[in-house]
Amino acid sequence: MNVSVVIVSHSPKVAEGASDMIRQMVGDEVAVAYCGGNSAGGLGTDVAQIVSCIEEVWSEAGTIVLVDLGGAEMSAEMAIEMLSDEMQEKVLLCNAPIVEGAVMAATEASIGGTLDEVNNAALEVI
Amino acid sequence: MLKLMTIIDSCADTITQNTEILTSLDQAIGDGDHGINLKRGFDAIKEQKSELIELPLGKALQSAGMKLVMSVGGASGPLYGSLLMAMGKSMPDNPNTAEISKAFEAGVEAVKARGKSDVGQKTMLDVLIPLSEYFSANVNNVDICANMIDQAQLLLESTREMQAKKGRASFLGERSIGHLDPGAYSSALLVKAICELEKK
Repeated sequence: MNVSVVIVSHSPKVAEGASDMIRQMVGDEVAVAYCGGNSAGGLGTDVAQIVSCIEEVWSEAGTIVLVDLGGAEMSAEMAIEMLSDEMQEKVLLCNAPIVEGAVMAATEASIGGTLDEVNNAALEVI
Repeated sequence: MLKLMTIIDSCADTITQNTEILTSLDQAIGDGDHGINLKRGFDAIKEQKSELIELPLGKALQSAGMKLVMSVGGASGPLYGSLLMAMGKSMPDNPNTAEISKAFEAGVEAVKARGKSDVGQKTMLDVLIPLSEYFSANVNNVDICANMIDQAQLLLESTREMQAKKGRASFLGERSIGHLDPGAYSSALLVKAICELEKK
């Protein structure tokens, strides 16, 4: 089982686009979930959506969450805190640039990298 | 002791009346969504008002905080949400002034932790931190509410000459100087709305 990836952007289009790039460059070995936009359909983030994205692809191997700007980071932190303790332990918030970071993370995850390895791979793009 | 219902109404009203000001302040140095985001959050709390007032005060605050987190959609959701949730955790059912001050302090600590920020970075904390210190040092002062209103205004004004070090405004560097911080503005509005009620 591989580390899975969650992409959280202020924009649903950016989140979907980053996910498309993973699919094309990395393939299907990595579970990816994405969300973007606030609960009213505008630009922003929606904590409930982030929680369901993490739950959708949560993996025993770990789940890495990539975010774009400040508000997304705080919303993702809150979403992670809402998970059960067992789930939280295996979820990591990563501050790498969202598109490059997501592709690098997924590449590392697809070859069986651990959660830390996946995180480091994403952070290397900075 | 004020009824929670009055406080909710007063906070929601001040945000509604000032949505455009908050938006224009945020357009100057942020992304322009602060007013509309907070309004969405406080509207959500207002919708839940009848359930909230049935709860013990601490639980009601926590639940209102969660409502903000889930509905706001911008950074202010987790920030104000964490403030209310942490206040709720340390708020007894029938608090005296000192206990309210303690709970406020706990709430402000949570905002610092959530935003990884402190005073002097041109944020809501430039109103909240000094105000919470002022509050805890003056719990026996009979004019505390009137004084807190004046303090909140002064602290808000102090953000004008600061350079932003956090959030989207920090991307502007020196160009952030000369504008009031929108988060400090909303914090001052909420503090003033609550203190005005208590003053009456």
